[in-house]
Amino acid sequence: MTVVTRPTEPLAPRDYASDQEVRWCPGCGDYAILKAVLKTLADLQVPRERTVFVSGIGCSSRFPYYVSTYGFHTIHGRAPTMATGIKLANPDLDVWVITGDGDGLSIGGNHLLHVLRRNVNLQIILFNNEIYGLTKGQYSPTSRQGTRSPSTPAGSVDYPVSPGAFALGAGARFIARSIDTLQPHLVGVLKRAHAHRGASFVEVFQNCVVFNDEVFADFTEKAVAPEAQLQVEHGKPLLFGRARDKGLRLNTTTLLLEVVTLGEHGVTEKDVVVHDERNKGLAGMLLALQPPTFPMALGVIYCDPAPTYEEAVYSQVPAGANAAQADIEKLLHQGQTWTVAG
Amino acid sequence: MTTTSPVSALRETRDHVVIRFAGDSGDGMQLTGSQFTVETALAGNDLATFPDYPAEIRAPAGTTFGVSAFQIHFGATDIRTAGDEVDVLVAMNPAALSVNLRDLRLGGTIVADTGSFTERNLSKAGYSANPLDDGSLTPYQVIKLDVSRLTLDAVEPFGLGQKEALRCRNMWALGLMLWMYDRDRQATVNWLNQKFAKRPELGRANVAALNAGHAFGETAEMAAIVGYRVAPAVAEPGEYRTVSGTEALAWGLLAGVRAAGIKKLVFASYPITPASSLLHALAGLKAHGVVTFQAEDEIAAIGAAIGASYAGALGVTSSSGPGMALKTEALGLAIATELPLVVVNSQRAGPSTGMPTKTEQSDLYQAVLGRNADAPLVVLAAATPGDCFPVAIEAVRLATKYMTPVILLTDGYLANAAEPWRIPDVDRLPAFLVRFRTDPEGFHPFVRDPRTLARAWAVPGTPGLEHRIGGIERDHDSGHISYDPENHERMTRVRAAKIAGIANDIPLQEVAEGPSRGKLAVVGWGSTYGPILQAVRQAREEGLGVSHVHLRYLSPFPRNLGALLQGFEKVLVPEMNNGQLVNLLRAAYLIPAQGLNKIQGKPFKVREIRAAIDSVLDEGR
Repeated sequence: MTVVTRPTEPLAPRDYASDQEVRWCPGCGDYAILKAVLKTLADLQVPRERTVFVSGIGCSSRFPYYVSTYGFHTIHGRAPTMATGIKLANPDLDVWVITGDGDGLSIGGNHLLHVLRRNVNLQIILFNNEIYGLTKGQYSPTSRQGTRSPSTPAGSVDYPVSPGAFALGAGARFIARSIDTLQPHLVGVLKRAHAHRGASFVEVFQNCVVFNDEVFADFTEKAVAPEAQLQVEHGKPLLFGRARDKGLRLNTTTLLLEVVTLGEHGVTEKDVVVHDERNKGLAGMLLALQPPTFPMALGVIYCDPAPTYEEAVYSQVPAGANAAQADIEKLLHQGQTWTVAG
Repeated sequence: MTTTSPVSALRETRDHVVIRFAGDSGDGMQLTGSQFTVETALAGNDLATFPDYPAEIRAPAGTTFGVSAFQIHFGATDIRTAGDEVDVLVAMNPAALSVNLRDLRLGGTIVADTGSFTERNLSKAGYSANPLDDGSLTPYQVIKLDVSRLTLDAVEPFGLGQKEALRCRNMWALGLMLWMYDRDRQATVNWLNQKFAKRPELGRANVAALNAGHAFGETAEMAAIVGYRVAPAVAEPGEYRTVSGTEALAWGLLAGVRAAGIKKLVFASYPITPASSLLHALAGLKAHGVVTFQAEDEIAAIGAAIGASYAGALGVTSSSGPGMALKTEALGLAIATELPLVVVNSQRAGPSTGMPTKTEQSDLYQAVLGRNADAPLVVLAAATPGDCFPVAIEAVRLATKYMTPVILLTDGYLANAAEPWRIPDVDRLPAFLVRFRTDPEGFHPFVRDPRTLARAWAVPGTPGLEHRIGGIERDHDSGHISYDPENHERMTRVRAAKIAGIANDIPLQEVAEGPSRGKLAVVGWGSTYGPILQAVRQAREEGLGVSHVHLRYLSPFPRNLGALLQGFEKVLVPEMNNGQLVNLLRAAYLIPAQGLNKIQGKPFKVREIRAAIDSVLDEGR
């Protein structure tokens, strides 16, 4: 086996890649996400020995094998539980949870809810391709109604769940969205997610080229993208469009956001909502926006840090508590004892 | 005052006694029984307890399904069971009498609180007439006392409301019983004062009730109220305490982690009867490096424990039957990724919800066999409350040395029952320090120790050892994902060999009682230890050729077990299930073992096993 040498120069993205041949389908959006993650890790120069990628089951969940950090490919839907145990055992480890719309919101919905609710300090990337890829194309909890698939040949009838809205309802303090091929944007979002202390939830719209190709075309296709995507930034007005002449205004009667055009009907930039990533109500409204009536909101939509789970757990553990030095003698003799003389 | 009666010379001597305290679940019978246990232990008797809770938290007062009971068997001799029959039934209300009378021996004593035998309570218990008055209890010695009135009188000076005053009845009854069996009261007085430190008038009232019950025994001229003496038992010199299975388990797990030199015990579980108390016990040990996690469900509990072990702590999870079922898939992951894990199952009557507060040992098949694919792991079983301590240490040793999950089987009875326990010498506990891998030379995540076949434990945070593991089959020589046919067979066999090889690292099976060859071996596992031991001892005292073999290791079996069992003409396997160990032994050793099966949510009585011994030995003739 090769002897590992510690590099003296900064690590490049390829240094964060493992030596394993990547086996996703040619054209799969996962390649782009992997590229963005490797770039993020390199830009941040994260120490590989303290980084752990934990995944469930699905195409998304093959991810850890392609990164040269520690990795744990677990069981369907349960990665957040192993990740929580990892953080409880060693809060200093930097943990990423990789999941998908099936792994995270179908079988794994309960665990996703609780890891977000608890605010465990880790990053969650949910690859949303609105389909089950690995098992060959069944519909998923995020699939639109009427999705034709091997298990729903007449079209699915379920109402889909919105990952972002779910995360907000679960109590997540950081919610962001991006697109697999929107590279610099995705890297920026991942860096913000990493910097956030607490559970960071990132939904990535990912294209499954084999089973659900172009499902996000209504806002990702080149021709429509500028008018159909709203890249939010804290402190900046919610403007979009090729000419940046469209914006979101709050209608004070309906209490809903509405699209307005600058210059029309006396609308100026002053009427447009300024993004406040600490505003939970605004986050809920942005997450609910759907094309074609509205643009898809992308970027860091909500970020309002709160103490993390491990901080709270360890605040109740005396400093220096060490099971290897547990005072068993004292424990066994506590309470009432008596002696039988020899 | 704690002086015993001046007429103590007139006390009758008893070798051993079984008392059952029974009342409404709001009457404090568990507290009463526990305190009687403490005073009995301090008096030097050997003892065994059996708390019997109803499944509901607080059923409607006075109903039969709300009855809660606490049984204690104590004596001057070796006490190994909670007692076949009850000698004294303390019945705090009609429902307690109606539910428990069938277990009272003929000629036994009933202490009944007449004040609670009202028309309403009688009717709730299903009585059309008062059994205390209608002659139906003539086979028994009945002590009729208006404990309610006597308690109210005793606590009158303290100005309590009627309800609070009546809640001191259990202390009055306890006082009487402590007098009856010549026990001290000081420990109970101290406990009451501590318990009610924030409400001293309640503390004083309860102490007054306790003393009044005691004084009543001393001064009352009632023929039925007789004082007894039960001499201290002969015990090995040393320091003793009482311990429940749950306590012994909690301390044993921590002692095991200490022996392994691991800094953190991460205990993750989900509340389930009768296992929740282990979570509570460990939640109080933060200062000792124990992190507890009440997970959102059973699967999250084992998932967190697995993650913790992956990260270099020792992960432990615990549940009962239905929760173990939920953990099955994750157990497979721990087996495939060869991570150390301890999984405690406090068994209860099943299937499904079953009878949550009733004991059973029907999860053996599940532990040994219950996973998809060929997925072997280690299975241990504790035999008594105190035995939970060394078995827990052993579970940690095997889990960490062999990088495997270990299932530790106990049951609801062991978890809650208490017995006196000679406190082990902590300095003489074994050490089995874990060595985490640090050297990158020649490392891959599945490189194995040639002796143990265990893979290296390489913990995240260690530079140069970055690697990925997962549930997909991996190559024996590189650790990378492999679908190669021959490799899968090789890996399946090496996983099996690793567990089988543990037989070389565990003690040979010994015989608990009797010779190692003969006409009949009674073979048990788990909490049948006490009743089997007593039955075999009794039979041997009468010249019968029978031995007792009790298994701690259920997977792998000890390496001499087959030869040992083949030295007996017959093998009888009493189990609180419909036949599980009996079939595992038949399959492993091709012996015609027979089962004795009691599946009632209750322990075996000594006489039931004795009758089976007699019957099997008669068969041959």
